[in-house]
Amino acid sequence: MLSKKVKSRIFFLFFVSILAVAIIFFTFRSLEENVVYFLSPTDIYNKTDIPFKKKIRVGGLVKINSVKKSETSINFIITDLNKEIIVSYNGLLPNLFSEGKGVVAEGKLKDKKYFVADKILAKHDENYMPPEVKKALEKSNN
Amino acid sequence: MTMFKNFFPSKILLLKNKVINSLVVLLAIVLVIGLTYSLLISPPDYIQGDSVRIMYIHVPSSFIALGCFGFIGIASICNLIFKIKFMSLLAKSLAPIGCVFSLISIVTGSFWGKPTWGTWWVWDARLTSMAILFLFYIAYILTWKFIDSFERANKTSSIIGIIGLFNLPIIKYSVDWWNTLHQPSSITLTSAPTIHYTMLIPLIIMFFAMIIYLLIIFLMRYKTEVMKFKIDKKKNYE
Repeated sequence: MLSKKVKSRIFFLFFVSILAVAIIFFTFRSLEENVVYFLSPTDIYNKTDIPFKKKIRVGGLVKINSVKKSETSINFIITDLNKEIIVSYNGLLPNLFSEGKGVVAEGKLKDKKYFVADKILAKHDENYMPPEVKKALEKSNN
Repeated sequence: MTMFKNFFPSKILLLKNKVINSLVVLLAIVLVIGLTYSLLISPPDYIQGDSVRIMYIHVPSSFIALGCFGFIGIASICNLIFKIKFMSLLAKSLAPIGCVFSLISIVTGSFWGKPTWGTWWVWDARLTSMAILFLFYIAYILTWKFIDSFERANKTSSIIGIIGLFNLPIIKYSVDWWNTLHQPSSITLTSAPTIHYTMLIPLIIMFFAMIIYLLIIFLMRYKTEVMKFKIDKKKNYE
């Protein structure tokens, strides 16, 4: 069977691996705020120590029928189907920005319900299909 | 096991050019079918339009980049524990291929991100961990390049290979563990793919094309590495 030397090497590597996994786990846990790319409206609602001065990102779905465009700004609501947040933005929107689709807004919170964005990114979901299939799906849903 | 024996250093030197040539022919056929299907026949996406076609390069490259490093990591473990020399030669020949594929994945992803997300790059968990994988590849390759003694290069590169192994589950599950701009996987083992079959078929064909390409370059590199190793050994004896 395995020689003593090999066995000790296996044991050593096993031990080091467990240690490494633990270190990685705790590092990521303490860095959670930096690893998470955006907060959901629910996260913001639940958080007690929200930085109002610092730039943060809010992500979720653009609520259907919530986009209001005026001459100077665009207002819409980001929802995670639980809590909502009103976003005001002044600038170019990405092509894929549309109601009912994912979005990430970067900017500053005015208060827990109101967010002033200076950058909008569209978030794509994991669904890929041709336009005809999408139409057929919508028909069968109605 | 018999198939595995073909990768033993003494066997690989018997590898005929004919094998490589027939693989090249096969690659040409699969690649032409794959590219025609993915660029011409397959439909545009309902929301992304034609930029969905970038996926047919992006997804297989990322997959291979991860797979190659997975192999390098496992080979590094075998190498450190059991001291099997040819394992490190296998890993060494695989590293530049995986490195190129990870770069392709990052660049094509960036090209896709601009029209879709509205940005070339963000520091979210998926993109960052993928960039770290690329750096691990570079570090792995550089240790072989800059450390002259085989024994020392072998040990150092194996340690890099093992450390890099921990990054792989982070890449894979980053989209599930944390909020990321990158979307979660469309193809999973547990549920039906969320990608329509007219797009799934070209994706699979392109995946096979890239695997064949990987195999060709790998066999050529591995043969060269074994030759180099044997020549160096002989020189040291003389």
